[in-house]
Amino acid sequence: MHSTRQTIIFVFIMTAIVALVLSFMSTGLKPVHDKNEAVYNKKAILSAVKDQIGDGFDALTDDQISDIFTKQIEQKVMDMEGGFISKEDVMAAGYKGGMAENLDMAKEKKKPESDRLLPVYIYTADDNKKYYIFNVRGNGLWDEIWGNIAFESDLNTIAGVSFDHKAETPGLGAEIKDNKDWAGQFIGKKIYADDGMYKSVGVIKGGAKDPVHEVDGISGATITADGVAEMMKRGLKYYEPFIKMSKKG
Amino acid sequence: MADVQVAKKEAAFGFGKKERKLLVDPLNDNNPITVQVLGICSALAVTTLLDKALVMSIAVIFVCAFANLFTSLLRMYIPKQVRMIVQLVIIAFLVTVVELTLKAVDYNIYKELSVFIGLIITNCIIMGRLEAFAMANNPWRSFLDGVGNGIGYGIILIIVAMIREFFGKGSLLGYKILGPSSDFLITIPGYQPNNLMVLFPSAMFVIGVLIWVHRAWNRKLIDIS
Repeated sequence: MHSTRQTIIFVFIMTAIVALVLSFMSTGLKPVHDKNEAVYNKKAILSAVKDQIGDGFDALTDDQISDIFTKQIEQKVMDMEGGFISKEDVMAAGYKGGMAENLDMAKEKKKPESDRLLPVYIYTADDNKKYYIFNVRGNGLWDEIWGNIAFESDLNTIAGVSFDHKAETPGLGAEIKDNKDWAGQFIGKKIYADDGMYKSVGVIKGGAKDPVHEVDGISGATITADGVAEMMKRGLKYYEPFIKMSKKG
Repeated sequence: MADVQVAKKEAAFGFGKKERKLLVDPLNDNNPITVQVLGICSALAVTTLLDKALVMSIAVIFVCAFANLFTSLLRMYIPKQVRMIVQLVIIAFLVTVVELTLKAVDYNIYKELSVFIGLIITNCIIMGRLEAFAMANNPWRSFLDGVGNGIGYGIILIIVAMIREFFGKGSLLGYKILGPSSDFLITIPGYQPNNLMVLFPSAMFVIGVLIWVHRAWNRKLIDIS
């Protein structure tokens, strides 16, 4: 039998060793993790315009992704009134680097609506066409979902979308990310009605009826699909000041 | 004396009938899922798609084998009063190692599986093997036992995931095989994959049927229960 003293010493030493090994491993791998994360983030933004980039998008290496991102993406940070914010102010808000890609959208979502910062990415395609990529964030069934929505230069027609999620069910809610055909439905949809009213794009269980403002839902994932519709309706509305200003000038 | 020590060493690292049994038994006669009915929780959760089941199996084989090894190495020193907690620390340590490594090696798979990797900690097979085997056997045998049980778990996971992905989505590993449109390998107009297979209840049915088939096929199991 072990005495209480021996037990405490054993547990203490063991926990210390485990903690030490894990913290060494975590610190040692941090640069690799950070780089992977940055590339993953860039890829997520670019995948909203993957049809415009071309067929080989999924096969692009990490370096190629970074390269396209630096050369063809212009990134800006905007406040809720639609005005651009300087790099210094973004850094002052707590983001090292001060670029739109450095924003932590999960953190922004926790702020009061009027204080949030929004990223705008402008992608210039090889044929000099411009696409605007907006970021939206909402809730799925289990946890947060988010997406990057690319618009044509009219800031009304959707050119591509990419969604992601934290913990949706594989095969059901996770289809918003995995099922390219489902996400493909959004292409060509418009967020404004002909009379200029904001309508966003609805996700309809049992089949879309409006060819311009609705897409089909996902069977077995009604709550996630509704979450996507809600997030787009609310999230894209945030960009309205920017859209209106861009249309005027 | 010298002879005895040599014999002991052979027993410690040899690969005889007993060691073979440790590896093979969990695959069939003593399968952790279909015979012992352990680890059902994760077998239900990660079997919707084959690729996730595969990575999960590999991770569980690794964690189970090394948790058994470390526990067995420490078995003389682990105070009995806190042995469960110590075992849990070992498992959690290994799971974190898997997670950190995956995050550095393949970030995409890490992103897809991060929820499930954490779930390995709750896998009752690993804890069960530590308590039932590693605490009472030498490190080499414990390691083999861990590998065997990990594979036994993995096989069932992969079978269930294959059935569910094929009938639920008409694909395997993401390759489209059977479906209504022309981008599937075999096209049957009007064919609808059974969406129920992707939902959780179907894992219950499939595992239940597997247990039945396994018992009907392996006569040895009929006497056990």
